Amino acid sequence: MIDLFLDRYIYLFVLTLLAIGLYAVLAKTDLMKKLIGLTIFSTATFLFFIEGSLKEDGTVPIIDSRGSDPTLYVDPVPHLLILTAIVVGVGILGVGLALLVRIYRAHGTFDEGIIVSHMNDEDPHGVPHYPGGHP
Amino acid sequence: MNHLAILPLLFLLSGAILAVLAGTLNKNAPQVVAITATASALIASMLGLRTVTQNGPISYELGGWPPPIGIEYTLDTLSAFMLVIVTFIGMLIAIYPARIAFDHVVRRNVPVYPLTLLLLAGLTGVMSSGDLFHLFVFLEIFAIATYGLVALGGDRGVFASFRYLLFGTIGSGLYLLGVGFLYFSTGTLNMADMAQILPEMAGSTTILGALGLITTGLGLKMALFPLHIWLPDAHSFSPPGVAALLAAVQVKAGAYALLRILFDVFGPAYTGSAGLPVAQLLAWFGMAGIVYGSVLATRQSDVKRLLAYSTVAQLGYIGVGIGMGSRLALIGAVLHVLNHALMKSALFLVAGGIIQRTGLKEIARFAGLGKRMVPTMSGFAIAALSMVGIPPLAGFWSKFYLIWAAVDENNWAVALVIVSSSMITLVYFLRMFETIFVRDASEAIVANAKIASPTVIGTVWALCTAIIVVGIANVAIVRNFVGPIADSLIG
Repeated sequence: MIDLFLDRYIYLFVLTLLAIGLYAVLAKTDLMKKLIGLTIFSTATFLFFIEGSLKEDGTVPIIDSRGSDPTLYVDPVPHLLILTAIVVGVGILGVGLALLVRIYRAHGTFDEGIIVSHMNDEDPHGVPHYPGGHP
Repeated sequence: MNHLAILPLLFLLSGAILAVLAGTLNKNAPQVVAITATASALIASMLGLRTVTQNGPISYELGGWPPPIGIEYTLDTLSAFMLVIVTFIGMLIAIYPARIAFDHVVRRNVPVYPLTLLLLAGLTGVMSSGDLFHLFVFLEIFAIATYGLVALGGDRGVFASFRYLLFGTIGSGLYLLGVGFLYFSTGTLNMADMAQILPEMAGSTTILGALGLITTGLGLKMALFPLHIWLPDAHSFSPPGVAALLAAVQVKAGAYALLRILFDVFGPAYTGSAGLPVAQLLAWFGMAGIVYGSVLATRQSDVKRLLAYSTVAQLGYIGVGIGMGSRLALIGAVLHVLNHALMKSALFLVAGGIIQRTGLKEIARFAGLGKRMVPTMSGFAIAALSMVGIPPLAGFWSKFYLIWAAVDENNWAVALVIVSSSMITLVYFLRMFETIFVRDASEAIVANAKIASPTVIGTVWALCTAIIVVGIANVAIVRNFVGPIADSLIG
């Protein structure tokens, strides 16, 4: 049991991070905390890929005096994938923050409950406003 | 003609960039660029569909690197069929007047057409990619474009967009984790390559974990009950043109990816009896979604919210089809992707036409509209009757195939759910018919409403003609396109 833990402890960390992130997204009422949870969740995914590619005594994947034996170097593909996924994640985070700015300007708070009740009071159907009905 | 696999994507992607540049010159230029780009993409996809039905699948090596190492674009009958649907609906949205499609006077600093083209490009990429990670990137590209477009819907739109961002990103995160599981057990990301390696390890827990993660992630993207929670807000608060695009084609990208990955990549791990009961779960959740969406739709007073809940129900049909997994069920599911795209976009565009002339969204206040806006409302009637499943309209056939598949497998629960959901659909549309066509106008806005602008009527009627044609030509469509798609998914 303890061996299993020592062998795989990094995956337990990944799993814990995934759980923390998911919990924050689902259970927190503060929108900013939800976004932070989302970032933790995606970072855990990145960690999983990087961890999976690691090798004991592995080195950079460059052919040198030791030849091109694939067992000697770390698998470069997951690193490449995660580089792309990080860029995508930055994009998502940027869009999320931009939306939060708009929400904060309109409501002055990040609390989900207050925002929802604001919107229900002001605009029960979300009807777009066309003065006179003839744009 | 290998380039046909990537041409639709290139047209849309370069259109998105051109539309940004054109927007700095003239405020109407982006719409022209969008119409041109989507029309060229539609022509390329139709050529592609013709080529693949005659000569078999096309494989395109991106950058000249051959498949297992490089990224592969594959165009087979399923992807070409989906591409035609996406680009056709995209073209109609581009033609639809910008003022109502996006709820905005088009200004230089609101890049609505570039975002729309980016959304379509992302969908096209998902549907033509032959690489699991490449598919993830396109999932995120169309998702980011969607968040921007949903946020056009005012205060509530922004909030709905933020919620959608949370769920959408978790969905793609789960998908990415699943892809990681697959990569570390097979060492490849290419779908065809992986499909050859996977059967040997079909029972392994890692593969089953990947199957569960990918199905959940794509289920979130597709809004399959009970993962649909983001959908009603995102679809009802976004502007009409965006809502049409989302309901008609955007959620179908998730359905497509599920079909492709479950049947073509996992194959035996999914269809075989060993391991997780994913197929049964999909069928049961699909049925629950049909019932839930139909019942909640009857309780909505707002027309766009009603349509959004009905989308939840209609996606349930597709889930049931994928879950049952027999040839007939798959024909039903793929046909329903086409039919629902036509019907639901027609209904949302009609809702946009009503908003254009009256600004109304509450069904109760529509009284008398049937006499004022005859061309739009008769389009509404055709699309609604097709949703109910009145033959010979398109909507009848997908339900027919699903019920046939259910009876074939002695799965009477499915048949019962589909028939009763059609009855519920009939109830809520009959109530709307009564309000719209029978009652007299009680409000000044309605009594003075002019008929909708020609582009609105044109796009609505293009969709209605498609509904009628697809319904009447159903046998030919199934024989030439949908049947072979189902065969290749199973075989």
